[in-house]
Amino acid sequence: MSVLVNKDSKVIVQGFTGSEGTFHATQMIEYGTNVVGGVTPGKGGTKHLDRPVFNTVAEAVKLVAADVSIIFVPAPFAADAIMESADAGIKVIVCITEGIPVKDMIAVKEYIKGKNCRLIGPNCPGVITAGEAKVGIMPGFVFKKGTIGIVSKSGTLTYEAADQIVKAGLGITTAIGIGGDPIIGTPTKDAIELLMNDPETEAIVMIGEIGGNYEAEAARWIRANGNKKPVVGFIAGQTAPKGRTMGHAGAIVGGKDDTAEAKMAIMRECGIHVVESPAVIGKTMAKVLGKVAV
Amino acid sequence: MNIHEYQGKQILKSFGVAVQEGFVAETVEQAVEAAKKLKADYNSDFAVIKAQIHAGGRGKGGGVKVAKNLDEVREKAGAILGMNLITPQTSAAGKLVSKVLVAQDVYYPGPNPTKEFYMSVLLNRATGRNIIMYTTEGGMDIEEVAEHHPDKIWKEEIDPKVGLQAFQARKIAFNLGLSGEAFKGMTKFVASLYKAYDSIDASMFEINPLFKTSDDKIIAVDAKVTFDGNGLYRHPDYEAMRDITEEDPTEVEARLAELNYVKLDGNVGCMVNGAGLAMATMDIIKLSGGDPANFLDVGGTANAERVEKAFRIILKDPNVKAILVNIFGGIVRCDRVAQGIVDAYKNMGTINVPIIVRLQGTNAEEAKKIIDESGLKVYSAIQLQEAADLVKELIKK
Repeated sequence: MSVLVNKDSKVIVQGFTGSEGTFHATQMIEYGTNVVGGVTPGKGGTKHLDRPVFNTVAEAVKLVAADVSIIFVPAPFAADAIMESADAGIKVIVCITEGIPVKDMIAVKEYIKGKNCRLIGPNCPGVITAGEAKVGIMPGFVFKKGTIGIVSKSGTLTYEAADQIVKAGLGITTAIGIGGDPIIGTPTKDAIELLMNDPETEAIVMIGEIGGNYEAEAARWIRANGNKKPVVGFIAGQTAPKGRTMGHAGAIVGGKDDTAEAKMAIMRECGIHVVESPAVIGKTMAKVLGKVAV
Repeated sequence: MNIHEYQGKQILKSFGVAVQEGFVAETVEQAVEAAKKLKADYNSDFAVIKAQIHAGGRGKGGGVKVAKNLDEVREKAGAILGMNLITPQTSAAGKLVSKVLVAQDVYYPGPNPTKEFYMSVLLNRATGRNIIMYTTEGGMDIEEVAEHHPDKIWKEEIDPKVGLQAFQARKIAFNLGLSGEAFKGMTKFVASLYKAYDSIDASMFEINPLFKTSDDKIIAVDAKVTFDGNGLYRHPDYEAMRDITEEDPTEVEARLAELNYVKLDGNVGCMVNGAGLAMATMDIIKLSGGDPANFLDVGGTANAERVEKAFRIILKDPNVKAILVNIFGGIVRCDRVAQGIVDAYKNMGTINVPIIVRLQGTNAEEAKKIIDESGLKVYSAIQLQEAADLVKELIKK
């Protein structure tokens, strides 16, 4: 088991023949991901990286039974790419693209409502199920197989957490980079829920940031559902000033409820093992699970 | 991106939103001409001189004054233009005022009492939809209202499938206690305000006060318009309204170099790849007894050129006493980054503050070796905790 993606996932790459798409598709294939083709409008019928190129996502679904898509198309066209995938019946849509206007994402969120698909991102590192499938831009070697799930708004901080988990003698089931934008397809709570229901996942690392209410919502859900698995949590941006965007479009303190302090307080109340320092995520997880960190 | 009040009002007016009229002036003479034009075009006897800076609370700092005649316009515009305006929202140093808006007087006498409301348009992140937030408590700090009178704040959510509906505009006008002409004026105001918001890729409108005049007109007396930076490519005409003199010069330089940099008040600079890790690194600095001097995300390609630019930008801040470089090399190899740091360091000659370099990920050991063997005064670390301990040690010195 695992969540969202596994060795049987049939992955297509939207923006397949562009430089980003080519680079990361190559890495994904090297990791062992079952990349069955890609989509670049106008280049249908050709081959790229030894795989078929399609004009539309619908074609890829029909001809190679694609069920997962990863999107590398530039921001002005990314919302359209997400909706095309949703319309074609893709089940898991991972959008890596950064810089999509909020207005476009409001439309996307509305469009995919009620469709049988799950959007991860945008502005995210993607999803990786250790040893099975990498549908993202993360360095695959960091994610050794194990029993810890990761949910995170950030890219490199996810790699950092995974690395610490592995160095603590543990490993990863699935790591989900949910993205740092104000509107994302899968908020923290939904990603946590997937991992709580995954029998292989023994415990969860939840990494949040300032801005929005996703972490508080997830924490309350975890408590309401009986804290079934231990969760170690961290919120980045304890020192961020109010009203300034810290890199990620969504990382901005608006009021007193979306500061790191406020989020950490709610997470503690809900029984999450909150760490103040991002340097002790791995150690803390080992301690919580009664395993001594290496 | 933020713009000035006068620019925000121009945009709103172009969508049919009623605003307090006015003309922008950069000199006392222009201010006097503007006041004359206000009398001629809008029959305004008094003129309100409003400093144009990107910060609220201007009135409290003496940046908004009423002039009752042309002599007073001359005197008050003269006092405000060129002043260093300090408000609760500026730094202690304040902001230089180089433009004023000479605006019509809206508090003229009439048959009915005047009223001040508050209205904003923004994204409700919890639902992924836009909302119109409003209250009868205008002219006040909305956060204070939220804290003390949360029952007085209303929110109207807009369904993206159909947009703002007429009944929603009516509901807002009723909730604000309006009737007659003022009611009609408010429904029109709300409809055109939302149309503007939806059309220009805004991320925030704040109208405070939203004013009912003594003859029941509904107008925006102030307008704070903020754009979604990701949508600006669709609006080059609005992007041209950017006033870089309102921004920190180092931040402007960083943006041109495509570095994501935010200046802060601390003493430890940092350079990190990735926004989340950058914030986490700032937190580490704080936990180690320092204060972060900046946020800086160098992005995915940490080559020598970028690293050097980042170093130069961090070192422009005289408060920086140490620099922590924290790179998690995934796709980008740590040994390449290390070489980039060494090259940048050598290019720059002497760097007078200690540098801690923490490189983790692909080829981290080789990277540490490059740093350690470079002969430079650079401390190396692989684990994040080691870097935190080094910061603590250096700050003590």
